[in-house]
Amino acid sequence: MTRIRQGEGVEMKESISSVVENKLKSERNWLKVAVVTAYIIFLLLPIYWLLNMSFKTNQEILSTFSLWPRDFTLANYATIFTDPSWYSGYINSMIYVLMNTIIALAVALPAAYAFSRYRFLGDKHLFFWLLTNRMAPPAVFVLPFFQLYSAFGLIDTYLAVALAHCLFNVPLAVWILEGFMSGVPREIDETAYIDGYSFPRFFRKIFMPLIASGVGVAAFFCFMFSWVELLIARTLTVTEAKPIAAVMTRTVSASGLDWGVLAAAGILTIIPGALVIYFVRHHIAKGFALGRV
Amino acid sequence: MLTLENISRRVDSQDYLVDISLEFQRGELNILLGPTLSGKTSLMRVMAGLDRPDSGRILFDGESVLGEPVQQRDLAMVYQQFINYPSLTVYENIASPLRVAGLAEAAIKSRVAQAADLLKLTAYLDRKPGNLSGGQQQRVALARALVKRASLVLLDEPLANLDYKLREELRAELPTLFAELGAVLVYATTEPSEALVLGGKTACLSEGRVEQFGPTLTLYRDPNTLMTAKLFSDPPLNTAAVKGMNELQRFIGSSDTGTLAVRAHHLRLASEIPTASTFEIRGRVDVIEITGSETFVHLQFMGQPWVAQLDGMHTFRPGAEIALEFELDDCLLFDDNGVRVRKPSGGRI
Repeated sequence: MTRIRQGEGVEMKESISSVVENKLKSERNWLKVAVVTAYIIFLLLPIYWLLNMSFKTNQEILSTFSLWPRDFTLANYATIFTDPSWYSGYINSMIYVLMNTIIALAVALPAAYAFSRYRFLGDKHLFFWLLTNRMAPPAVFVLPFFQLYSAFGLIDTYLAVALAHCLFNVPLAVWILEGFMSGVPREIDETAYIDGYSFPRFFRKIFMPLIASGVGVAAFFCFMFSWVELLIARTLTVTEAKPIAAVMTRTVSASGLDWGVLAAAGILTIIPGALVIYFVRHHIAKGFALGRV
Repeated sequence: MLTLENISRRVDSQDYLVDISLEFQRGELNILLGPTLSGKTSLMRVMAGLDRPDSGRILFDGESVLGEPVQQRDLAMVYQQFINYPSLTVYENIASPLRVAGLAEAAIKSRVAQAADLLKLTAYLDRKPGNLSGGQQQRVALARALVKRASLVLLDEPLANLDYKLREELRAELPTLFAELGAVLVYATTEPSEALVLGGKTACLSEGRVEQFGPTLTLYRDPNTLMTAKLFSDPPLNTAAVKGMNELQRFIGSSDTGTLAVRAHHLRLASEIPTASTFEIRGRVDVIEITGSETFVHLQFMGQPWVAQLDGMHTFRPGAEIALEFELDDCLLFDDNGVRVRKPSGGRI
C-alpha cells in the first residue's frame, strides 16, 4: 500500500498547474509569433514581389503567375549597369542628394546653434516659421522654382535640385539639430570659453562629438527626402541631371513597358536608403527619445 | 586683487545684482553666502565675464577687465553641476586648458599627473567622465580648474550636488588645494556651516545686495544687520518683536521697538533659580526632532516659530508648555531697520 504524504500531493498539484500554465504560455507565444510573422510578411510582400520581378524576364512577368523566378535572369540588372541612360540616373541622383545634404547641414548647424543658445528678436516666431515651409506640398513651389531657376540659367544642373530641396530640408535639419543641441548644457560652452577655446575650435573639438547623433539623424532625413522626392527634381532637370526616379517614369518604349528592368531599377533605388537607415538606426532611436524626429 | 565697483545687473526688469562693491585679495578664500536666487551665480558670471553688468567696473590688479573676452581672461570656474567634456577622456579633460594654451606635451603630462594625484584621479585617467561617480566627475572639474593655475578661481557651489561624506572630504581639501596658487579664490555656498568650516572672508548676499563683507567668524559672531544674522543661521534665527530694548528684562514699558534674535544653540532648558544674566521664555512645543546627540525643539513663542537646539535627548509632548532660557550676552538686538543695536559698554547687547 502506498501512501501519498501531504507534501508530495502539494508538489504534484504544483507540477500539474505549472504544466497547464506552460501550455497556456506556449499557446500565447505561438499566437504572438504568428501575428508578428503575418505582419512582417504583409510588409515585405511588395518588396519581395519587386525583387521577384527583377529576376524574371518580361515574358514570364506578363504570361504566368509565379512566386519565384522560373527562368532566373540577371539581364535586367545588366541593362541598368551598362546603359548610360539608366546608370547616369543613379549618379545624378546621388550627386544632388549629397550636395543637398551637405548644404542643408552646413546652413542648419549654425542656425540651430543660434536658436538653441541665443535669444534674439522674434526667435520663436522665426523657428516656427521655418517649420511652416514643410507644411506646404512641394508641388506648390514647382512653378516659382522653375521660373526663378530659368532666369538664372540653373535649369538642368545638380545645384538647382540641391538648392530647391534645401527649402524643405534646412528647416527640418534645424529643428532636429536644435533639439540635440539644447540637450547639451550651456555650461559646457562656457567652460570651454573659460578654458580658452575659440568658438570654431570649441565647436569642432567639443561640441560636434556631443551632437554627432543629431547630425547623423538630420543627414538621414535630408538624404531620404531628397532621394525620394520626384516632382521638383523632374521639373528642374532635362537630361544632364535627370534623377533615377524620373528615368524610371520614362521607360515606356515602343515594345511597351519594360517590367523587368523597371523592377530591377526599383530594387537598386531602395538599397541606398536601406543602407543609410542601417547606419543611423541607433541615432534615430535617440532622436525619437528627444522628441525631435 | 579683484575689485568690483558698483556692479548692477538687471534682466527683464528684475534686479539680479544691485550696486555691489567688493574687494577680494589674492591668496585668500572669499565666500559668497546667500540663499538660492540671492545673486551668487549672477555675480560669479559677471566676475568671469560671461555676463556683462549694466553698470559698474571690474578691476583685476587695478586694470579694468570689463569687455575683455572670456577666452583672454586668466580664470577658472567650477559649476554646481558636474560640467566636463563628455567626449574626452579624464586625461584630456584635465589637459584641455593647457592644450589650448599651447603647452609642450611633457609639461602637460606632468601638470595633469600632479593634479590627478592631488585629486585621486590617477586610476581613472583613461575613462570618460560619464563612467565616473558624481564625486569623481566633480574632482575632474576641479582638477581642470587647478591645472590652469589661473589668477581668478570661481567655485560656484562645487559641493552642493555631492553626498554628505564626499562633501566633508572635499571641503577639507579644497582650501589647501587652491591656496598655493596665490589666486583670488571665490567660493559660493548656501550653507552657513560650510562657510564657517572654510573660514576666510565672507560676503553675505541677499536679493542681489551685499549685506555685509568681512572675516567669516566676525560676521557670524558679530553681524551688523538682522539679514546677515539670518543668513548665517542654520537652524533659522529665532526672532521676536520687542519693546524697551535697553531694558530687556522688562519688555514692556519703553517706546523703543525692535527685534530680539537668539540662535537655536544658545537656548537651553530653564534652570530652577533664574539668574540676573539669563532671560527665561515660555513657549508651546510644536514638534521635536531627535538626531541622537541633539534635540531640536520647534516651539511657538510670541506668535513666532522658534527652534531650540538642546544637547542630548529630550522628549516633550507636542502642545506642552516648556520653559527655556538664554544668556543675555548671547542675544542680538536690531532696530526697526534691521540694523544692530550695540551696548555702548562693548557688551554684546
